Amino acid sequence: MAVDGTTIRRIARLAHIAVTDEEVKRLEGELSLILQWCEQLDEVNTDDVPLMNAVIPMEMKRLPDVVDDSDLVSEILSNAPCSEGRFLLVPKVFG
Amino acid sequence: MDNLTDMTIAAAREGLRRGEFSATELTEAYLVSIEASNGAINAYVLVTHEIAREMARGADDRLRRGEGRALEGIPLGIKDMFCTRAGITQAGSRILNSFKPSYESTVSSNLWSDGAVMLGKLNMDEFGMGSSNETSCFGPTINPYRIKGTDIPLTAGGSSGGSAAAVAARLCAGALGTDTGGSIRQPGALTGIVGIKPTYGRCSRWGMIAFVSSLDQAGPMARTVRDCAIVLESMAGYDPKDSTSVDMPVPAYESALTGDVKGTRIGIPKEYRLDSMPAEIEQIWQRGIDWLRDAGAEIVDVSLPHTRYALPAYYILAPAESSSNLLRYDGVRYGFRAEGDDIVSMYENTRTIGFGPEVKRRIMIGTYVLSSSFCSDHYLKARKVRTLIHQDFERAFEKVDVLLTPVTPSAAFPLGTSTLDPVRMYHNDIFTVAVNIAGLPAMVVPSGVNADGLPLGLQVIGRAFDEPTLFRVGEVLESAAGPLPRPDVWWR
Repeated sequence: MAVDGTTIRRIARLAHIAVTDEEVKRLEGELSLILQWCEQLDEVNTDDVPLMNAVIPMEMKRLPDVVDDSDLVSEILSNAPCSEGRFLLVPKVFG
Repeated sequence: MDNLTDMTIAAAREGLRRGEFSATELTEAYLVSIEASNGAINAYVLVTHEIAREMARGADDRLRRGEGRALEGIPLGIKDMFCTRAGITQAGSRILNSFKPSYESTVSSNLWSDGAVMLGKLNMDEFGMGSSNETSCFGPTINPYRIKGTDIPLTAGGSSGGSAAAVAARLCAGALGTDTGGSIRQPGALTGIVGIKPTYGRCSRWGMIAFVSSLDQAGPMARTVRDCAIVLESMAGYDPKDSTSVDMPVPAYESALTGDVKGTRIGIPKEYRLDSMPAEIEQIWQRGIDWLRDAGAEIVDVSLPHTRYALPAYYILAPAESSSNLLRYDGVRYGFRAEGDDIVSMYENTRTIGFGPEVKRRIMIGTYVLSSSFCSDHYLKARKVRTLIHQDFERAFEKVDVLLTPVTPSAAFPLGTSTLDPVRMYHNDIFTVAVNIAGLPAMVVPSGVNADGLPLGLQVIGRAFDEPTLFRVGEVLESAAGPLPRPDVWWR
């Protein structure tokens, strides 16, 4: 099984990363390698094996349902590449 | 006082308490050393001079009043993976250009609450993705060690390469690192220092930039086992802000250093004995076994049958989780942004220019794993394989207390020679990845030098949350090996 150029371009769109023709070629090989990793795992019988969720069995803690962090607008905006007033600015979303 | 920067954390702590020198003098000694050396070593991406001096003054006040805390006045470097209020945090990536967190990671915050002094931020592979520090947008860190008689620049390893080189070259007393697949242990081995990846959940991940959330763990890197014990004790603990951190008391790690391993059972996993293993690795491993046996430990052969599946599982889980984690870098809230005609082209331009090639490659792999139905079935399968690998270790730990293995398949290699050759990749990670997959603690201890004069390390793997036994065995190994020859100082 191998990964073709059309698939690579679809993946790139999903990942929001632009790829050149040359990169598509290289990625075909690299993504096909991942399929080999997957196939190797097929050698292992995992029927009746539970998912690993923690290193030791432990109950997930619950936090009290209270507001603790709020009104951080200026802190949040302080790193924004582009903002106006209390808003983050992005290019137009609808044509 | 030229030798202040040669002191271990334990010795500096004593000297500070007795008033033999001040935290300000100690900090200045490191700042001078960084100034003279960092141009060549490239360990620091940012030096926080003023913050360091201010913290040192505060420490001196406390020490004068006899109110010194566990790390009072000890100058430390912080891997750029940790968000800090001081300076900027970029995780070695252009996409986080000029990012200035308004918060402090829990782990670094714990260090400051114990009186430590921040020297600056340390170089790393971009988002932790690399084993040679060459994917950093700040250029690679250079290993203080060189092959005898040559001046070829060698890698300090990765991803915590800046932390490792800074500790080895005396540019900090100790450093924070992070370890997802070996990122503390491999650079530790290549630079001849000690580092420990604690049990998953021992330290909070809050404020640490996420790479592979189910594998990432913070840990200390320092010149001795004792120093790592001191720093880990300060870092560790439950944090309500990280639901995967574990609410268990933090043991007094330093008091575990009894120097006694009589009757301790040391497991030697047969699956770690590779056919193609270089003789120098084989020899150092055997020497480690002999040292522990001579110290009264019992050597037991064990088997970890699913070891060969750790790597395929890692290469499915890690890209999948990291591609999701890295979706947040889109040019909207922080960091670098490249404009575009509409929002999608803005995202795409930002990410295409902002991420380096290795990160983009892994994002593509991860997006593929999560979007192809064939692979996403295998993502679930990989999580079940984690359980099997974990069970292998649990079974081994019914018979033994710790495992002793190699860390890396070779000593430090020249920059520009890391390769994507799958066989080499396999060998590079095989000794370290299974530990992350199983969530267990593991430590690297410098154990000798090869014929070229380059450091080699050994790995001690422990039961979940049994860091005390790791420290105890690690210290015995360390003293049997003796201090490594220091590199000739060519960098200042």
